[in-house]
Amino acid sequence: MASDIKILTDKINIPGIETFEVYRKNGGYAAVEKAIKKMSPDEIVEEVKKSGIRGRGGAGFPMGMKWSFLAKPEGIPRYLVCNGDESEPGTFKDHYLMKNIPHLLIEGMIVSSFALGANKSFIYVRGELMYVIRILEKAIEEAKNAGFLGKNILGSGYDLELVVQPGGGAYICGEETALLESLEGKRGNPRNKPPFPAIKGLYQSPTVVNNVESIATTSWIINHGGDEYAKLGIGRSTGTKLISASGHVKKPGVYEIELGLPVEEFIYSDQYLGGIREGHQLKAVVAGGSSVPILPANLIMKTANGEPRLMSYESLSDGGFATGTMLGSGGFIAMDETTCIVRNTWNFSRFYHHESCGQCSPCREGTGWMEKVLHKIEHGHGKMSDIDLLVDVAKRIEGNTICPLGDAAAWPVGSAIRHFRDEFEWHITHPHEATQKGAVFMNKSILV
Amino acid sequence: MSEKIEFTEDRLKKVEEIIGRYPADRKKSALLPVLHLAQEQYGWVSSATMDYVAGLLDLQPVEVYEVATFYTMFHLEPVGKHVIEYCRTGPCSTMGGEDVYDHLKQKLGIKSNETTSDGLFTLKEVECLAACGWGPCFQIREKYYMHLDNQKIDEIIEDLSK
Repeated sequence: MASDIKILTDKINIPGIETFEVYRKNGGYAAVEKAIKKMSPDEIVEEVKKSGIRGRGGAGFPMGMKWSFLAKPEGIPRYLVCNGDESEPGTFKDHYLMKNIPHLLIEGMIVSSFALGANKSFIYVRGELMYVIRILEKAIEEAKNAGFLGKNILGSGYDLELVVQPGGGAYICGEETALLESLEGKRGNPRNKPPFPAIKGLYQSPTVVNNVESIATTSWIINHGGDEYAKLGIGRSTGTKLISASGHVKKPGVYEIELGLPVEEFIYSDQYLGGIREGHQLKAVVAGGSSVPILPANLIMKTANGEPRLMSYESLSDGGFATGTMLGSGGFIAMDETTCIVRNTWNFSRFYHHESCGQCSPCREGTGWMEKVLHKIEHGHGKMSDIDLLVDVAKRIEGNTICPLGDAAAWPVGSAIRHFRDEFEWHITHPHEATQKGAVFMNKSILV
Repeated sequence: MSEKIEFTEDRLKKVEEIIGRYPADRKKSALLPVLHLAQEQYGWVSSATMDYVAGLLDLQPVEVYEVATFYTMFHLEPVGKHVIEYCRTGPCSTMGGEDVYDHLKQKLGIKSNETTSDGLFTLKEVECLAACGWGPCFQIREKYYMHLDNQKIDEIIEDLSK
């Protein structure tokens, strides 16, 4: 059964925790001391591997394995780059973590950089969060003054400089190779792979790119051991996860959950979201950020086999895309019966069209067509054949682009039509009704 | 085009500090932070500003143009004193954004990408600001305004109009 253990947010409400002094008094930087004084870099990598933690940015790739791919040629610098671009609609957990407890990330950056042999590491933060960048820069200054950063950290001979880099308002820079291009002062066009960043990343040097939440977790793993971390969670979904909850719930916000928590408990218990807003019923959920498939309420509560759905990588994807979705970044968007799925899908399509870097034609052109066709249907000018046209365009984008933005644009459209086709049809057969303000097609059988 | 672009002393010092963050042969990495500095001083990024930034970082002007036009945070046209950038993406809409932004537009008497006649406010629609559960939201420069409703919007606008 999922516990309410917190390992990232347990100290987040302590007054003054954003300062070095208070953070340190509450046990902060113990992981740096342990890592640098008592452990070898390889031992740290081993603990992270044992923890089983999977990348918290959305892809869920095992972090320890990613670290072990890092090439280590003699005489060439290696880089750690933290991905704080957080731009996936529905996701605001890294924002929450960085602004409230910046030293947790700084501490994780030091431990992780030491493990990877990096002497200069970057935290790339989306440019809109300039106020958070200033919080991080202040925290770095404090850590430096206390001897945890800079030359000869804690007398170990290890040097580390941390640089916070602002983005410029481009979703695509959350894709790791686009982020590296951006960090080099270029347009954020994703790179062809291979070579992977572990071989040729920032400045053509071996580079690891990890999400904020992933890096922030390394301190706990070092303090308590990878095995202890692996005891948390369920199966291959080890540990805890930050979930950013938005939409029609009583208590939107950021929650740290132990993986394996039943979705139903997460939505309805007072400890978490407190249920759907008064007088309304749940219609649909986007569980892991706007790019993952949308599910109707009945399928988010229970899998197609009738098993209770859990907040874990495996349970959320149970049934594949036919009846499942993905944990993704943990951007949990709940929608009640007042939500128009067509309008919501059009909104997301507009987002992906706006954010496509334009490098690959299927994505550049396809996202534009999906937005146009959805706009047409939403505004009462759709034809029945438009629905299959959308499915066709989505299929032609999926898998045919350099980076996953194409897939991310295709999945919301494909899944909305898969599960809410009758709603699209109603827009086409009832254009006058459908375009009235607040009009929504009601299928009571899917509400929970 | 005749406008004279020159960073203040403080900003020139800051540019040096920024360049020093990267390996010596990787000055170009300073481009985004320096463009942010430029926008901070001038409110927007003109082509004269881009040329000036290119000079500071030993880049070809086109290297600056292609970057400044790619990243949507940079205003390539003059803007009002306060640029209100409101999130139009799904979660904020779900949280009631559409009605709240309609009120905002009515209050200011302008549409997106327009500036009020007194030059005080420019309105821009942006994509997700990573504040979904705290939406609807907008930002003005570095400040986030969250949990917006009509009353809050009235207060913010009246406050900034003083």
